Amino acid sequence: MSDLEAFRQEARSWIEENCPPAMRERVESPDEIEWGGRAAQGRTDDRKVWLDRMGEKGWTCPTWPKEYGGGGLSKAEAKVLQEEMREAHARPALTSFGISMLGPALLEYASEEQKKHFIPQIVKGEIFWCQGYSEPGAGSDLASLQTRAEDKGDHYLVNGQKIWTSYADKADWIFCLVRTNPDVPKHDGISFLLFDMASPGVTVSPIQLISGSSPFCQTFFQDVEVPREQLVGEVNSGWTIAKRLLQHERSMIGGMGLGLGGGLSRGAPEIAKDYCGENDGRIADPVARDRVSQLQMDARCYGATTRRAAEEAKAGIPPGPASSIFKLYGTEMNKRRHELLISIMGTQATGWDGEGFNAEELGETRDWLRSFGNSIEGGTSEVQLNIIAKRVLGLPD
Amino acid sequence: MALVLTEEQELLKQTVRDFVQEKSPVTELRRLRDSSDATGFDGALWKEMAELGWASVVYPEDFGGMDMGYMELGLIFEECGRSLVAHPLLATVVLGGGCVLEGGNETQKKDVLTAVAGGERLLSLALQEGAHHAPLAVATRAEEADGGYRITGSKTFVLDGHVAEQLVVVARTSGDPGDRDGLTLFLVDAGTPGLEVTRTRNMDGRNAANVNLSGVQVERSAVIGEIGAGAEVLEPVLDRALAVISAEMFGTASEAFDRALEYLKTREQFGVVIGSFQGLKHRAADMFVELELSRSIVFDTLSAVDAGAGDVPSLASCAKARLNDTAFQVGNEAVQMFGGIGVTDEEEIGLFMKRARVLQSTLGNSSYHRDRFAALQGF
Repeated sequence: MSDLEAFRQEARSWIEENCPPAMRERVESPDEIEWGGRAAQGRTDDRKVWLDRMGEKGWTCPTWPKEYGGGGLSKAEAKVLQEEMREAHARPALTSFGISMLGPALLEYASEEQKKHFIPQIVKGEIFWCQGYSEPGAGSDLASLQTRAEDKGDHYLVNGQKIWTSYADKADWIFCLVRTNPDVPKHDGISFLLFDMASPGVTVSPIQLISGSSPFCQTFFQDVEVPREQLVGEVNSGWTIAKRLLQHERSMIGGMGLGLGGGLSRGAPEIAKDYCGENDGRIADPVARDRVSQLQMDARCYGATTRRAAEEAKAGIPPGPASSIFKLYGTEMNKRRHELLISIMGTQATGWDGEGFNAEELGETRDWLRSFGNSIEGGTSEVQLNIIAKRVLGLPD
Repeated sequence: MALVLTEEQELLKQTVRDFVQEKSPVTELRRLRDSSDATGFDGALWKEMAELGWASVVYPEDFGGMDMGYMELGLIFEECGRSLVAHPLLATVVLGGGCVLEGGNETQKKDVLTAVAGGERLLSLALQEGAHHAPLAVATRAEEADGGYRITGSKTFVLDGHVAEQLVVVARTSGDPGDRDGLTLFLVDAGTPGLEVTRTRNMDGRNAANVNLSGVQVERSAVIGEIGAGAEVLEPVLDRALAVISAEMFGTASEAFDRALEYLKTREQFGVVIGSFQGLKHRAADMFVELELSRSIVFDTLSAVDAGAGDVPSLASCAKARLNDTAFQVGNEAVQMFGGIGVTDEEEIGLFMKRARVLQSTLGNSSYHRDRFAALQGF
């Protein structure tokens, strides 16, 4: 038996013994996703058991080094683990920006002490992290951010405002871009700070979106004192970390479009047959059929491209700014999918709440409205096109 | 399935590229076109290509082939597409020869494939009858007569049909146009009485033919595969053709894009290179993304063919539809980006656009393939 096969057996029996039955059921609503953190909102006993066991094992972050609490698995082993998790219908024990964004950046840029302190917390899901990047005056032009952090010796004094801070109202800590030097070109005066959202002077106000949900917040800082040792990397060199972290974020957002079902439990072909009629097993409306087919093909091409990128990475071919391609195409495709679905559902996709619309219809209307943000958050499609034009194609400014 | 080339495949690609650049730059297509060449391709070059094994990449060793894969053949098509090489690979090797390979008996294979592999015989597939690719719509009839069959009907867009020494003719031995059952494939010699071949010139400098069959008498031994079960042979052959055409279109579109990009970086207006304008930058970036997706689906389809995967038909339609759309976009945008010079015959970019547009109509446009894909996927 190969080592990998032995690992598969080990993973399979461990999951079998440790994953509570309730954690093998389909996630029915966003409230059932475990984000970790101190507040433990909505955390059932089963969720806690599953999180604790996975966190202890380091398998919430399978490839991170063991010395910081990670699983220490090779990429091949992590893939096997993922396959076994899927096979067992095991839910992810933890979803967090700590895993998808902050952790990889800390592993690359943080001091040994910081890694020893923060990484294990991320692995165990003890801290719910949020991201303090955009400001009212710094959206696509992120580097023009104005939130000040003044050097006060043993601490930084932070004043300013962030916006589009995802889940700031639920988060425990923030990783935040601040201006530590206003007298140099904008990219050269930015630093990367970590601090507790419970610090005096931090206030949060949720923003209601066109979809009716409020995942984003405005976050205000008034004379917030942040201990000096919570600055990551060199002072004034935070932009490098910020850019790297954005690549992780873009991969994550771009990947969201890949689960073709999205929030729905069935695909566009079945929905189209329901709403546009069915004829001999086919979608009766040839225009709708053509559009559904186009979408399914796009998804295949996109899927083949993500697989190719993974194979290239494995073959040692440098990735380049691939994350921009995936962010751009993944989000635009996701928007097209929702546009198609609501056009197929017709007037049944115009409902807001109450009687006359089923849960799938109401959900799809909200998901469609939410998808408008996909091509804005994490860098607009236009910014991704700029990046491709400049970094890949070498077109001049 | 592999989406990254092996070292051997990279080497082959480079070898093909070097050969094509040296022997058949775009000026060669122009020469053939402007001299109204009798064949429409360079016979000496074709001989060399056959000697390099390009005519037999996918044929078994028993018939003089190299027994390699469609991935390799696809790389040859891609590189030839970059240089707009006029060659009979598609009509002879993949379509005509492909039918013999897929459905022929040992005698037919030995005779036909060995000759094709040696670059000594040209073939084509006489399938299409109307203005659109519709393989089951065949109305051409083959009636049993004099111990063989007598074929009557007319065909159009028979690629390289003007030079083909043998045609694989798709005719109906039973049923009605639209039926999948009842199609039969016949191997017909070009000189057979009643067979009238008229050369047609296409806008890309390449050639096809209209073929009229008025009571063409063939022997029973001319039948490829089973009587009435021609679709069984035809469908996998067409899928493989779609895969390599997609590879060619990827090469053609990639080269057009590279040339447009170079132009954006050198052409100056308003005192700056035009590639500094965001109105052009974003369109260039958009094309790049579409080409990346195109490359993935082409590789995925070619390697699926080689792996004998079950979803080859879906993938082939997906690849062709995607490349139709990408080649359309890139071809048109490239001409626009070249500005006034782009609409002249002197500038080569128009040749790429025209080739892309002929291939777009070849073996099915995008709506045909989206509809087929939907049917295959159960909607």
